Amino acid sequence: MTDGVLLRRTLAVLGVLVGIWLVVPTLIVVPISFSGENSFAFPPSSWGVGHYVRFFTERSWLNSLLVSLQLALIVTVVATVLGTAASVALARSRFRAKRALDGLFLAPLIVPGIVVAVALYATFLGWGLIGTPTGFVLAHTVLALPFVVVNVTAALSAVDPVLERAAAGLGASSWATFRQVTFPIIRPGVGAGALFAFVTSFDEVVVSLFIQSPQLQTLPVRMFTSVTNEVDPTIAAASTVVLVVSTVLLGLAGLTRRRSSRV
Amino acid sequence: MAVTTPSTRTPRTPPDPGRDRRGRPRWAAGRLILLAALPALLVLLIFFVVPAVRLLWLSVTTPEPGLGNYAAIVADDVTLTVVLRTLGTAAIVTVVCVLVAYPYAYLMTIVTRRWRALLLAVVLIPFWTSLMARTFAWVVLLQDNGIVNQLLTVAGVGPVRMLGTTTGVALAMAQVMLPFVVLPVYTAMRGIDRRLVAAAQSLGARPAVAFARVYLPLSFPGVAAGATLVMVLSLGFYVTPALVGSPQQSMLAQFISVQVNQLVNFGAAGALAVTLLLVTLLLLGAVQVLTRTRGGRGGGISSGVAGGVS
Repeated sequence: MTDGVLLRRTLAVLGVLVGIWLVVPTLIVVPISFSGENSFAFPPSSWGVGHYVRFFTERSWLNSLLVSLQLALIVTVVATVLGTAASVALARSRFRAKRALDGLFLAPLIVPGIVVAVALYATFLGWGLIGTPTGFVLAHTVLALPFVVVNVTAALSAVDPVLERAAAGLGASSWATFRQVTFPIIRPGVGAGALFAFVTSFDEVVVSLFIQSPQLQTLPVRMFTSVTNEVDPTIAAASTVVLVVSTVLLGLAGLTRRRSSRV
Repeated sequence: MAVTTPSTRTPRTPPDPGRDRRGRPRWAAGRLILLAALPALLVLLIFFVVPAVRLLWLSVTTPEPGLGNYAAIVADDVTLTVVLRTLGTAAIVTVVCVLVAYPYAYLMTIVTRRWRALLLAVVLIPFWTSLMARTFAWVVLLQDNGIVNQLLTVAGVGPVRMLGTTTGVALAMAQVMLPFVVLPVYTAMRGIDRRLVAAAQSLGARPAVAFARVYLPLSFPGVAAGATLVMVLSLGFYVTPALVGSPQQSMLAQFISVQVNQLVNFGAAGALAVTLLLVTLLLLGAVQVLTRTRGGRGGGISSGVAGGVS
């Protein structure tokens, strides 16, 4: 009996330590961003919002934020529409190469980011897509598609096929069946996929680093160069902004997805 | 399922199984809906498959045709050192993650629902936060006068150089990777029938023996799945080693990046990238075989993986 108690206590202590290890490094950027000093000292000796003022007024930072937000919005629309259509098509049909296609749709999730980055860089050089919005949207769409497909496919598997058959039997066209029966049921899954797509684009670093140009930099790329080349504490404010956006959206996506898979 | 059973008494002619409601052949309707997959398919083919094939092509044609770039990976001391360092760091990160994740996942199985929800939320935090923000945080924490070193000084270990070392990289990487082990291990443990352990003990096994011979093997598929995932992700990790580590201690992804951006050596970069991809696929294939034969639920690649790891 005492053995069990000892084991539980040891595990509990370990759980707390792991919790600190996981959470603290994530949250530490928040207090640093409100420091009044021009360094990364912690704890800061004075407080202020100067880093935020600079982040939202200095052109290179503000531009990169706006670029990231615009790209992420376009990528969300493109990836969600293409991914949802593809998921429905794949889930509702059977043919020989289906497994291979399923694999292809998930592949960008498995292939290491650096491999995708180098491959796209080599190809985009020849096609004149380096540093162009089109190049960014296409590259990010490739990376975001798997998240849409995974979420929508999961939602589709929960749809009772009898409902679709009933609609078809009552004379609805396939499009009407999809719009009035299937889509309302899978909407939470589509929503979760869209949120994942947004964050994938908004937070992507590796591929963006390779296909960027000095004129077109996303926020994570701007942050990367800030950490490597300069000691600019504005990055603490940038980190906090990115942290809030990505955490809130992914948290939302996680919750929507859990709800949709329970249906 | 009564809906689908055709009644023999229907006055209408029984539907032709080969044709749909409108009398169109079924395969045509089947093909038609496949058109919906076409746009996504084209994007993937043109902007994912073609570039990958092009990279493979470059690796065997630049600067000259042949397998020279691949031979150079083993022959060149610098490249080989980088490859070995990458494998070593990935192995360390994997071992650390398994050693930490296993008891953590076990803790999740023995606490009340509420605590379990909290422990799960804590594990998901690195999943749900920006990679750049997290990596920047580690740079701040690990700097020479950072919090980690302040704590180490208080503990009497004295200031230790962390930023730019493999230890620092491993510490930061393991934090990012931990959820990838905790989740599959927890899934595997949740499926274990505890009565088996109790039965072993009632048959005379000491608790430790019962654990080692009954519980541990049953949880193995989860450990295998998680460990492979971490290994695979660590091998290709770019951001954290590039920012927390140093160019002198560079890992494979950084090395590839230098080949492309500074040396404009697409052949060598391509060969390294293709090798990395092959190792990744081999490892993933191996774990799939492993977990399938053991009949365990390991939790696939896509089981909640989000939040950009690269």
